[in-house]
Amino acid sequence: MRKLFTWGRRSAIERGEMSKLKSSSSELDLDRPNIEDYLPSGSIQEPHGKLCLRDLLDISPTLTEAAGAIVDDSFTRCFKSIPPEPWNWNIYLFPLWCMGVLVRYLVLFPLRVIVLTVGWIIFLSCYIPVHFLLKGHDKLRKKLERCLVELICSFFVASWTGVVKYHGPRPSIRPKQVFVANHTSMIDFIILEQMTAFAVIMQKHPGWVGLLQSTILESVGSIWFNRSEAKDREIVARRLREHIEGADNNPLLIFPEGTCVNNHYTVMFKKGAFELGCTVCPVAIKYNKVFVDAFWNSRKQSFTMHLLQLMTSWAVVCDVWYLEPQNLKPGETPIEFAERVRDIISVRAGLKKVPWDGYLKYSRPSPKHRERKQQGFAESVLRRLEEI
Amino acid sequence: MGNASSTLTQYDIEEVQRHCNNLFSQQEIVSLYQRFCQLDRNAKGFISADEFLSVPEFAMNPLSQRLLKMVDGLNFKDFVAFLSAFSAKASLAQKVEVIFKVYDSDCNGKVTFNDMIQVLQDLAGSFMSDQQREEVLGQVLHEAGYTKESVLLLDDFIKVFDHANLKMEVEVPVD
Repeated sequence: MRKLFTWGRRSAIERGEMSKLKSSSSELDLDRPNIEDYLPSGSIQEPHGKLCLRDLLDISPTLTEAAGAIVDDSFTRCFKSIPPEPWNWNIYLFPLWCMGVLVRYLVLFPLRVIVLTVGWIIFLSCYIPVHFLLKGHDKLRKKLERCLVELICSFFVASWTGVVKYHGPRPSIRPKQVFVANHTSMIDFIILEQMTAFAVIMQKHPGWVGLLQSTILESVGSIWFNRSEAKDREIVARRLREHIEGADNNPLLIFPEGTCVNNHYTVMFKKGAFELGCTVCPVAIKYNKVFVDAFWNSRKQSFTMHLLQLMTSWAVVCDVWYLEPQNLKPGETPIEFAERVRDIISVRAGLKKVPWDGYLKYSRPSPKHRERKQQGFAESVLRRLEEI
Repeated sequence: MGNASSTLTQYDIEEVQRHCNNLFSQQEIVSLYQRFCQLDRNAKGFISADEFLSVPEFAMNPLSQRLLKMVDGLNFKDFVAFLSAFSAKASLAQKVEVIFKVYDSDCNGKVTFNDMIQVLQDLAGSFMSDQQREEVLGQVLHEAGYTKESVLLLDDFIKVFDHANLKMEVEVPVD
């Protein structure tokens, strides 16, 4: 019995060491606040009294949690494309709808393709000369390229009949600041870019998108990362820091969720943007689903299909709020800062918060969560064994 | 009804309801079907282990591997039948049966000391040594009148959980 008692004390010391590790380590797993604080837990009431066979055999709390996760879970909900309510069909509405489809596909779509093509012609005929001929005059070249990128983004937005309402003061180009926004689709970037030429940090994509990334976006000063590489994080963190130090660089736009979410929820923000020691300016984006669902479900469609879907709908209507810049409060950790900014953005855009890391779309949760549960169980059993 | 197409007919719903002994309402069965189709990504008619594990809350659960053995590859009818033990209307005996099946991993109707040690291992992980597990289990078994060599059957489990207030309910979201 005494042996068990000394083990119990040792675990408390180990727990203390683990919490010390939390704040200093840059490991991916220790990146977030305790999930148990958010998840509904039926077995919070710690059972007391002497341990009997029934208590040991009773796995019902754990089983219930597992069955609950099978039936419904907040993570999958974030990435569900929620279809809009179907209309109440009747004999009058159906022909109207058919006419709408014809107008969208046969009138609007060709017009939009023409607008986009004209835009690209103008853009390329200005961009290529500027890029090659002004090689020596960097400042002027940068300024012109900035304007041209804003121009082509405006053409893109026009090609979906984008109706964007910007609220709040326009971002000013100052050093030592980053912009963070919630992420629904790659068009978030285009919508924000048409107003201000941001530098962006993105995942490198294949195909024509990748080509655009490596040519045009390079000129606004973009940073590329690769989700699947573990060492990548340090390299990216260093490049982020370098970018912010430069007074001449375009303001950096970061999507801390790391993945596209369906514009009803926000997943946890990665703390990378919040530990750079600079001002964070939150931007909230909310799309109006009545016109089109702008969520890019990358598991279900390619970006080209997504763009085509946007170009054959009536309009893309959204609100963009530029919110008050935030700084790290004294005594606040980067994770708490990230959560605070996520709260500000979620409240403004009317999104619900969930405690999951967006990257769980691509990988399994780390064993640390399970270990925490196991530790809680083991300690509870051993403690009750000591009670007489 | 084996393949997960997007519509359920009234006949299908009633058949599933019969199969689970009316423990779920028709609305709940429709919701469960939507969930089933959501998890079963390529409309195969069953949910693979990988697809279950893509739900992080499930993957984090210490008993996920044991449950996976029980739910992997089930078609929709059996899926609902499995979950029916977690319905609010399920009887204590049904809930105890699910618990028994989780322990009885070789499905021979008997739960040995070793089976119980293994479940304890899943639940406590590396935070309890082998010796501690055996000591704890041995002690509570002894107090309940069993020994380390005892083999427990379903009836023994029902006796252990007699009059217990087992909270084992899941709510099916009905929009």
